[in-house]
Amino acid sequence: MSSLNNYDAIVIGGGHNGLTAAAYLGRAGKKVLVLERRHILGGAAVTEEVFPGFKFSVCSYVVSLMKANVIRELMLPKFGLEILPLESTFTPLENDYLLRTADSDQTYREIARHSLRDAETYTRFGPLMGQIGMAVRPILETIAPNAIRPSLSDLFNTKKLLDHVKTLTTQQFEYLTKLMTMSSADFLDEWFEFEPLKATMSASGIIGTFMGPRSPGSAYVMLHHYMGDIDGAFRAWGFQKGGTGEVSMAIARSAEHFGVDIKTEASVMNIIIKNNKAVGVALENGDEYRSDIVISGLDPKQSFLNLVNENELPSEFVQDIKNFRIRGSSGKVNLALDGLPDFSCLPGNGHHLRGAISISPSYDHLENAYDDAKYGNFSKKPFMDIILPSVLDPEMAPPGKHVMSCFVQYAPYNIQGGWNDEKREAFGDTVVDTLAHYAPNIKDIILHRQVLTPADLESTFGLTEGNIFHGELTIQQLFSLRPAVRWADYTTPIRNYYQCGSGTHPGGGITGSPGEMAAKKILGIL
Amino acid sequence: MSYYNQFTANTQLKLSPFFERTSKLNESQEWRRWSGYLSATNYELTHENEYFAIRTKAALLDISPLKKYLIEGPDALNLLDRLVTRNIKICKVGQVMYTPWCDENGKVIDDGTVQRLSENRYRITSAEPNLDWINHVATGMNVKIIDDSETTAALALQGPNSREILNSISEISLNGLKFFWMMDTNFNGIPVSISRTGYTGDLGYEIWMQPENALLIWDLLLEKGNTYGITPTGLHALDISRIEAGLILLDVDYVSSRHAIIEARKSSPFELGLGWAIKMKKDDFIGKNALKKELECGPEWEFVGIEIEWSELENHYRNVGLAPGLPSTAWRTSTPLYYNSEQIGYATSGTWSPILKRYIALAHVKSEYSKKGTILDFEIKIEHFKKTTRARVVNTPFFNPERKRSCPA
Repeated sequence: MSSLNNYDAIVIGGGHNGLTAAAYLGRAGKKVLVLERRHILGGAAVTEEVFPGFKFSVCSYVVSLMKANVIRELMLPKFGLEILPLESTFTPLENDYLLRTADSDQTYREIARHSLRDAETYTRFGPLMGQIGMAVRPILETIAPNAIRPSLSDLFNTKKLLDHVKTLTTQQFEYLTKLMTMSSADFLDEWFEFEPLKATMSASGIIGTFMGPRSPGSAYVMLHHYMGDIDGAFRAWGFQKGGTGEVSMAIARSAEHFGVDIKTEASVMNIIIKNNKAVGVALENGDEYRSDIVISGLDPKQSFLNLVNENELPSEFVQDIKNFRIRGSSGKVNLALDGLPDFSCLPGNGHHLRGAISISPSYDHLENAYDDAKYGNFSKKPFMDIILPSVLDPEMAPPGKHVMSCFVQYAPYNIQGGWNDEKREAFGDTVVDTLAHYAPNIKDIILHRQVLTPADLESTFGLTEGNIFHGELTIQQLFSLRPAVRWADYTTPIRNYYQCGSGTHPGGGITGSPGEMAAKKILGIL
Repeated sequence: MSYYNQFTANTQLKLSPFFERTSKLNESQEWRRWSGYLSATNYELTHENEYFAIRTKAALLDISPLKKYLIEGPDALNLLDRLVTRNIKICKVGQVMYTPWCDENGKVIDDGTVQRLSENRYRITSAEPNLDWINHVATGMNVKIIDDSETTAALALQGPNSREILNSISEISLNGLKFFWMMDTNFNGIPVSISRTGYTGDLGYEIWMQPENALLIWDLLLEKGNTYGITPTGLHALDISRIEAGLILLDVDYVSSRHAIIEARKSSPFELGLGWAIKMKKDDFIGKNALKKELECGPEWEFVGIEIEWSELENHYRNVGLAPGLPSTAWRTSTPLYYNSEQIGYATSGTWSPILKRYIALAHVKSEYSKKGTILDFEIKIEHFKKTTRARVVNTPFFNPERKRSCPA
């Protein structure tokens, strides 16, 4: 074995969390290798020129949850992080619309057009969610303590958290409890009355989750999406110039700056384990690499049921991982357009095309869409979260052309009869038909269409069942229980084998957080 | 639509040749006064998109309020070389030089650019009226000094896509135009001069034209620039980017010696970080003797970049239960800087840099505290209470992309 193939640490998966973990380890002077199965880095945060001249954030499409200290510590602005503001949320309706913008007076007036009461309440809701965000932030930024057999550092962390919880106001505590347990619909009903406003806000409670807005627990997912901030402003979403792949590339450049080796088209077959201790990895092409530790950025199912042999693991752990809920619920439709969509309710170009466009006219629309999925079909009238990246960054498409990113829910992984080409196209047609209902010109301007079903998300990006969060963000799968009790601190039952993907605390989205915290945990040990 | 076509503002302020267009585009109707002109603060209700246009697309700014003087005649070169601190003798036709100029005591009066338009013809820009001073310096010289402020209109097109936009309109390609050079060309037959200059520290150009062509040029740029993300941009966005670029602003970062009431308010170019622009080897220029003396003793003050460090700032806010309060626009309030509880300087302008994700400011500090890496205490108010938070002396420009100077291969 040549010393060239010996590393302090090997990271499996060049997704944004794997790269983040690698960059932190490299920054601490460790010799690190990242192995990515695909020809391109980024995992689900990837930009690809799917059609000549048309670039897409193929999967993950917006940024807000990326941690500020990760941005600073890895010097990401220097390596290409450029996040443009997504200023508005546009909900087209029948003959009307709801358009919330970055200007609070304008938004007040717009909501008041539909409900004066809601306009008033809305000004209180934002600050409250900011407060809750502040209350939750320290919990998210702490390595989840092992509740069963706590170590000294677990006790220390627990104490820190208890101290923090003691500082919460009654109001923060009340709303935190509500958000942890309620459905997003019930929670929002306590505040608002205008259905399209409630439905659009509740939509962040279902994204990436196999739940409807009326399912208990969806309020937490909504909170998870509220936690993001850009430059200190809570609930601000942004678009990375060049697509989300550039976030991954910025992290990769930072990692390389810190001396990390990165190999693409290097598919890991299994972890090499000696005496219940990880000592390296074996690639599908037969290559082997040795290292003191191995870190998996893949989801828990891949990390424990695929890369290692079940009999290397305690049976109760295997059971926990098998029970870990990772149902895919969404698809992605990427459109190359000859022009801009023209919405019947608000024709022409304007500010409404510069932010998120949400097909969420009512709770019933979302809940019916969920009902279809519950019984094994894709939604006949899906919920969609749409952006037009080329409006924000003209370089995403050839001059005068546009790209449109449609996040679509629901598309169950376990669809009746299984996914096939015919179903994929039918799903794509449904999405376009739904869009055409609001923007009739859409069919005339589509040049190319890429449809990704949960099965495609699994086969292309390695997301088990196509789940974008590496496992649902439901209360029984959070914090000390993510991905399994006792193993929420990035360690695993196999010595020197660690995990750093979105399936670990604090979960999914482009945050860099699991990668950062895993690396910090490892550096405390290594 | 006839209302729009008849738009006039009820104001005693001067209206730029572009006002016909800018007034209609300005959704916020927020204006600032700039040299007696009405100048857009931001066109949209918030300035964010305009700021990102400067850094990621292309921003179009009306810079007509700039003071401009034409200097012509056999002694034009001698006059300028005597007036300013840079060596104008090496300025070639088509070249542009940034320079400050001083009074006899070596204190800065103003700063701007000198464009060499032809053998004996120059244009100098300034922030404030300087006609009187230039005339004073020109005593006995064979030159003609013309106030060009209202006879030339100007636009700045700044941002990574600016070159492509100009190339799509200009008869002559801009690919060969180097940083701080200029050229004459035409847009659809309309003559313009384009200098590769700006106040953003990014790839960018300034377009100089006759006022009667202003609207035609504006329309052409917006039309052709549309697919490149061209964005009419106001002073809020410009102010953030000029701080990122480490560029000083008269009356904000320094006071002109021509109207400083007390000596202490005046600054030498060395004290403004402009030592590089002082050519002591060239022939006599105004202020040279005083500057020579200052060089021997070393300047008392230095002008530096500082970065307000995150962790302590965040802790201050966390202690009162708030998320870090970052300024959403650039500020220009003189802010004390301390070293061991003693005030040793003051920051004059600062901003959160959205592209760098750093809180930065420009500051005057006593020379012994100007070394890179020095940790100072920056005064800040957290919920009305005065605190100090760590700030580090860093290099400027804070933001300096390669594209600012590079030419396409």
